[in-house]
Amino acid sequence: MSLKAFHVVFVAASVLLMAFLSAWSYQNYRESGSSTDLAGSVGAFVAIMALAFYGRYFLRKLKNISYL
Amino acid sequence: MEIPYTYKARPDTGLYNAKVGIWLFLASEIMLFGALFSAYILLRVSAPDGFWPDVALAWPRGLLNIPIGTFNTAVLITSSVTVVLAWAALKMNNFARFRWLMVVTVLCAFAFLGIKSFEYNDKFSHYVVRLKDGKAVTGHLEVNGKHPGFWNFADQWNLGRLEAEKVEHIEIAVDPARDIHGHVKHVEGASHDHAKQKIATSDIAFLGSYTPATHPFFAVYFLITALHGLHVLGGALVLAYFAFPGAKMWKTNPEQFTNRIEVGGLFWHFVDLVWIFLFPVVYLL
Repeated sequence: MSLKAFHVVFVAASVLLMAFLSAWSYQNYRESGSSTDLAGSVGAFVAIMALAFYGRYFLRKLKNISYL
Repeated sequence: MEIPYTYKARPDTGLYNAKVGIWLFLASEIMLFGALFSAYILLRVSAPDGFWPDVALAWPRGLLNIPIGTFNTAVLITSSVTVVLAWAALKMNNFARFRWLMVVTVLCAFAFLGIKSFEYNDKFSHYVVRLKDGKAVTGHLEVNGKHPGFWNFADQWNLGRLEAEKVEHIEIAVDPARDIHGHVKHVEGASHDHAKQKIATSDIAFLGSYTPATHPFFAVYFLITALHGLHVLGGALVLAYFAFPGAKMWKTNPEQFTNRIEVGGLFWHFVDLVWIFLFPVVYLL
């Protein structure tokens, strides 16, 4: 597996982590009403979007490099 | 003698030798961290029910600083992006771009370690006090007007030392109350400032800082995060070497140099991936 393929796995894992963090923070916000938790949830959601856009950019930029 | 397959692929594996080597090494690393993650999970699920510190061996929750941990996660994700873009820059024959991206990667690594040491410092200067009447309080300690353990990990206090040095009382800046999930309780109109409490040494049954000897949580937390931190340090030193003194190879053998960066990048991604699993398990759950 090349660095390109491992990076795709890494970005996918990061997206999953941010999705979990967003849901976790939102759950805390519902329980506590704390604006910090709401900001955490929104921030993690923004991170998901940023990582998804970056992933697309990365795959386009390195389309000629092997996954092996 | 020339070492074979440093940049050309071996016919039988289809890969250059260093890539096979780094994946074998990473397989052994997965076993190492896998064992430690398993230890953490088994210790946690077998911990008695209840709320720490009231129940001495219950699993502590909410002790780690989530905003700081989240920021450190973002730092490591950024460093993975820069290291892969540095490798891509070499593939596109752009050495100047490679170098500044590697510098950013190494700076991210040291930023991560700096922030982690700040977290460690907070834990080493944080104490749990169990009183003879069964109550327990946590907070930052003050002995003889000084805050022990603050950027001095060796300055640790326990009941034996209090008695040996004939300290009559301590002061502790008590942490705000937490619910069963470890979240700070929000009480309408109440201040979240750390109120100071004076405790006589004669009333104390146990005194210990947030260090490995105090609770299995701290033991496994420090073990995994310190081992991970050593990997970050080792990786950062290797990447810094590639960015500066080791970069001479770019002029003599650019293909092998590019492969070295790929191998370094694979290790770096592994280290960051460990953190991607470590952060939710230790900080959030």
